[in-house]
Amino acid sequence: MKPINEVTSILTPLDRSNVDTDQIISKEFLKRIERTGFGKYLFHHWRFDADGNKRDGFVLNDSRFDGSEILVARENFGCGSSREHAPWAILDYGFRVVIAPSYADIFYNNCMKNGILPIRLPEEEVEELLAKGKADPVQLAVNLAEQTVTQPDGTVHRFDIDPYWKEMLLNGWDEIALTFKYEDQIAKYEEVTQRA
Amino acid sequence: MAKTIIDKIWDRHIVVGEPGKPDLLYIDLHLLHEVTSPQAFEGLRLNGRKVRRPDLCFATMDHNVPTVNRKVINDPIARKQIRTLAENCEEFGVPLADVDHPDQGIVHVIGPELGLTQPGKTIVCGDSHTSTHGAFGALAFGIGTSEVEHVLSTQTLWQSRPKTMEIRIDGEIAPGVAAKDIILAIIAKFGTDMGTGHIVEYTGEAIRKLTMEERMTICNMSIEAGARAGLISPDETTVEYLRGRKYVPDGDAFEQAAADWLSLASDEGAEYDKSVSIHSDEIEPFITWGTNPGMGAGINGHVPYASDFENELERDSFLRAIEYMGLEEGQKFTDIEIQHVFIGSCTNARMSDLREAARVIEGKKVRDGVRAMVVPGSRTVKKQAEEEGLDKVFTAAGFEWRESGCSMCLAMNDDVVPAGERCASTSNRNFEGRQGTGARTHLMSPAMAAAAAVTGRFTDVREQFAVHA
Repeated sequence: MKPINEVTSILTPLDRSNVDTDQIISKEFLKRIERTGFGKYLFHHWRFDADGNKRDGFVLNDSRFDGSEILVARENFGCGSSREHAPWAILDYGFRVVIAPSYADIFYNNCMKNGILPIRLPEEEVEELLAKGKADPVQLAVNLAEQTVTQPDGTVHRFDIDPYWKEMLLNGWDEIALTFKYEDQIAKYEEVTQRA
Repeated sequence: MAKTIIDKIWDRHIVVGEPGKPDLLYIDLHLLHEVTSPQAFEGLRLNGRKVRRPDLCFATMDHNVPTVNRKVINDPIARKQIRTLAENCEEFGVPLADVDHPDQGIVHVIGPELGLTQPGKTIVCGDSHTSTHGAFGALAFGIGTSEVEHVLSTQTLWQSRPKTMEIRIDGEIAPGVAAKDIILAIIAKFGTDMGTGHIVEYTGEAIRKLTMEERMTICNMSIEAGARAGLISPDETTVEYLRGRKYVPDGDAFEQAAADWLSLASDEGAEYDKSVSIHSDEIEPFITWGTNPGMGAGINGHVPYASDFENELERDSFLRAIEYMGLEEGQKFTDIEIQHVFIGSCTNARMSDLREAARVIEGKKVRDGVRAMVVPGSRTVKKQAEEEGLDKVFTAAGFEWRESGCSMCLAMNDDVVPAGERCASTSNRNFEGRQGTGARTHLMSPAMAAAAAVTGRFTDVREQFAVHA
């Protein structure tokens, strides 16, 4: 996966809570056997009506946010289905960072495996970013090494991340290759527990 | 020190436990299906890797498969996905119950049915409803496709030890109240993210009295409360369910295994990071009215009013939900008419679910204008139901009797609810568009869905159908 450290971009304010992965990528697009090409289907039914016309008022159809790499949403983002097609679609569309007060566990893990940085910020800070971002495009500077999100006026938001995942994301490591270094321990475990 | 079953299973599976890192956990059973596995197998090929333990994998086809004209998959992309799974299983030596195999079915129905699911196992699958297997006292959770690839390659996963949470059900469950009502009431009370970061154990006398199939219904929907895994300590009910199944040991080996399984139950006085409880008095036949599984209430209630929500954000979510659902504030549930009934899914498509629905429907007719279908959870369930004559009960009433698969739960095959139409469904998610673009899903138990099929509107199954008398 692609390493990630600094991302500077305007934010896209998706002012919704409990956004489930069925909305992020609808089931009719899950039949492909590739990891790529899902971006054009991101939030399909919120972006397009039954005739394929863009729906007014949906934030991804607002050209002010074109090219944004930072998606900001409310709590429990990515709940529901485990489909990794959701982060694949988010990444393929162009987002590298998601900011929300909380995430569903499986979605959060899936982001980490794909070089997407899911940032947790307190609800009131997300509220502030959404409010400002909706009024006028706001450019944020995200720095994973420093664990900061910085607003144009210099306001800094600090976030926590597990050091293990931080290192993975910063280096873009292949987790499976790393795990292979523990092959002896895995074999020994199988022997001791008679799984061999 | 007194330990929970969660910690007991976790500790048994640590391959590498280094400070400041997640634990490397060994995985005992890896279930696979056609939708979330192709990219994982492709990853193995691209990196020249093999499947470490094909003997600990088991695959089937469920999400995409047709439930009529089994051989004809009209959608070429779905056809390719199904063929790809067969080819991958062949290439990597993974056991497969394909569409024609007698063991085929929804992955979370066949695992327990075949005895692959056992207490104390760590079980993963690229599907969030893997929590179902927790009913047996297994640590079972859904994973993404990258994790599927990791397990295929290494038979392990890096996992941070989650927090533990107890959900206790106090009191006796009243007659006419189903396992589905228990879990819907729990999610409505505590919310769809109550379990985030936690593994849940369901406890209480009411849980001990449930059958394995009822326990599966409850654990299945743990993920709808945000918990990746939800489990129930094994007891004699668990042991007796597993005795004699295809993949469990027999004879003395079974008795030894059973003794070990029972020893996994949470110790008296074990502490959880969080404990909540619900009283059986709060649980009656439930339906959902909104667009997430937490938006539900007892059948004799009504759609909330905007003024019920003090929080502006919650009010906005409520208004958006009822607009999508085509409902009015304060509308009585029993006044809402339906056009579709779906009895199926990994939540409610086992024998007891079909029997409950059949008892309601027996000798009655599906109301004109309602399309109703039953999709058994597996080919084994279908066969057994036909041996009991349940298929005749359903078809005589006007239900369609289908082949097994996920079907209308997520509408990846041709079983779709049209836009703007309303479905009484025994599945697990009422998200926007889940059963079809613009479709309106109401979750409920099999008996409640069957009652709605007869009356054409949501109905308290206890009032009009003396099924538990």
